[in-house]
Amino acid sequence: MNAWPLLGIALVVAGFALRLNPMLVVTAAALVTGLLAGLDLHAVIATFGKAFNDNRIIAVVWLVLPVIGLLERYGLQQRAATLVRRMQGATTGRILALYLVYRQATAAVGLMSTAGQAQTVRPLVAPMALAAAEQDYGPLDPAVADLIKSMAAATDNVGLFFGEDIFIAIGSIVLIQQTLSADGYVLAPFELAVWAVPSAIAALLIHGGRMLWFDRRLRKVCR
Amino acid sequence: MITMTMLYGSAGLMFAGFAVLSALDRGNPRRLANAAFWGLMALSLLAGDRLGDFGNGLLVLALAGIGGFNLLGKGRPASTSDEAREGWSIRLGNRLFLPALIIPLVALVGTLVTAYTPVGGWGLFEPKRETYAFLVLGVLLALVTLYLWLRPPALAPLQEGRRLVDSIGWALVLPQMLAALGAVFAAAGIGTIVGDGARAIIPEGNVFIACAIYAFGMAAFTMVMGNAFAAFPVLAAGIGVPLLIQQYGGSPAVVGAVGMLAGFCGTLMTPMAANFNLVPAALLDLKDQYGVIRAQVATALPLLLVNLLLIYFLAFAR
Repeated sequence: MNAWPLLGIALVVAGFALRLNPMLVVTAAALVTGLLAGLDLHAVIATFGKAFNDNRIIAVVWLVLPVIGLLERYGLQQRAATLVRRMQGATTGRILALYLVYRQATAAVGLMSTAGQAQTVRPLVAPMALAAAEQDYGPLDPAVADLIKSMAAATDNVGLFFGEDIFIAIGSIVLIQQTLSADGYVLAPFELAVWAVPSAIAALLIHGGRMLWFDRRLRKVCR
Repeated sequence: MITMTMLYGSAGLMFAGFAVLSALDRGNPRRLANAAFWGLMALSLLAGDRLGDFGNGLLVLALAGIGGFNLLGKGRPASTSDEAREGWSIRLGNRLFLPALIIPLVALVGTLVTAYTPVGGWGLFEPKRETYAFLVLGVLLALVTLYLWLRPPALAPLQEGRRLVDSIGWALVLPQMLAALGAVFAAAGIGTIVGDGARAIIPEGNVFIACAIYAFGMAAFTMVMGNAFAAFPVLAAGIGVPLLIQQYGGSPAVVGAVGMLAGFCGTLMTPMAANFNLVPAALLDLKDQYGVIRAQVATALPLLLVNLLLIYFLAFAR
């Protein structure tokens, strides 16, 4: 067995650890891995290009940006912040915990694309979380503001990943089904989806708990 | 029928618009690099199928060169000031949220209608891609609504969109690059090598260690590939099916479902999952490009442990 292509993985790990530009790391890793596996340069570039072309669906989602940008032009972020300032008892942690529940619940019924980093976190959730902290502690240190925004992005990811697998018509369920049926284990999507529930509850408790705890951390950092 | 080509085409036209407006933007000293970068994206979306595999490969290398050597600048499209936005927000009130809801609502209703009514049989959409078609329809509907309601300048959606893509920069293309890297990894046989290696280090007869290597291996390989979908078939074929299911009699449903979720814990901890972890950092103007990952580790590690225990206790419950 030719184990040299593993150097490509090492290159990726080293590149990210050294914080080199990911575009260069990924390109170098692809070329090195392909060449070490015995493909010629022309074939490596063609494989790389074909896969890029096959994955253009990823780029279609960016069509939402003009709408989000236009709404920002008319004060959507400011509106989201105002809404939070008027709520009684809204704190950064509570807002994020509530968003976690919302994101998990909607993803679990198949509404993955109704929220997301570009669709909801940047225009709504992050400004709301920031406004709640500003309400309590006044103007925020840039490092604290970055921490709050990171938590907002993290909450979206956790909610999505540990909600979507409960929905039966999702890609990952189909993939599990196909992989196992190749070995003769034929499972219905529902049989797989129920086993996503315990992990979803654990994600809710762990991340939700962290978000509520985050309020105490903010109090310490900001005072 | 609404085909994928049409959806790629709409995104392509948008990027072409970004390219032209970038080229004309005298406020950006690197406007030509931005124009070339978004122009190449437009070319890929509009004509990718006619470029050939090698041609697409050269296009990717050009994108990587422009993005990788930090040649991109930030455009200065005309937008509104913070004060003006505060004013609009007060004047328009909570109605401002309604257009934001059009896109998800159209995607939801459309997907449900095609799935549960005869409309699905009319062949209007490419199978399994309806949601994307409705996403694009939702975007168009939201734009029409905003034009009629607020009467922005004609180019405002493109200029505001350009403001956002310039703030994301090359990170916008990275997810697609990583998917392409995964394909090269697969062609080089990385999956087989890793699966064989994992089997070689598991001691005979210890169910818990086998579960642990399966769960941690799933997370670790997901971190390398940036995607649990790439890791799952490798670890399932290497450890999950032959050891956990066949040799130790574990439940296939638990091993499959929870194994995938162990992989998702890895997704939370890797810069390779760029669209979830690096793009938001750019989108939110974070100083630390790994800030989102840092915020996620304390959730991902305990959750990975929970998933390991779930596999061990649920898959082998009698």
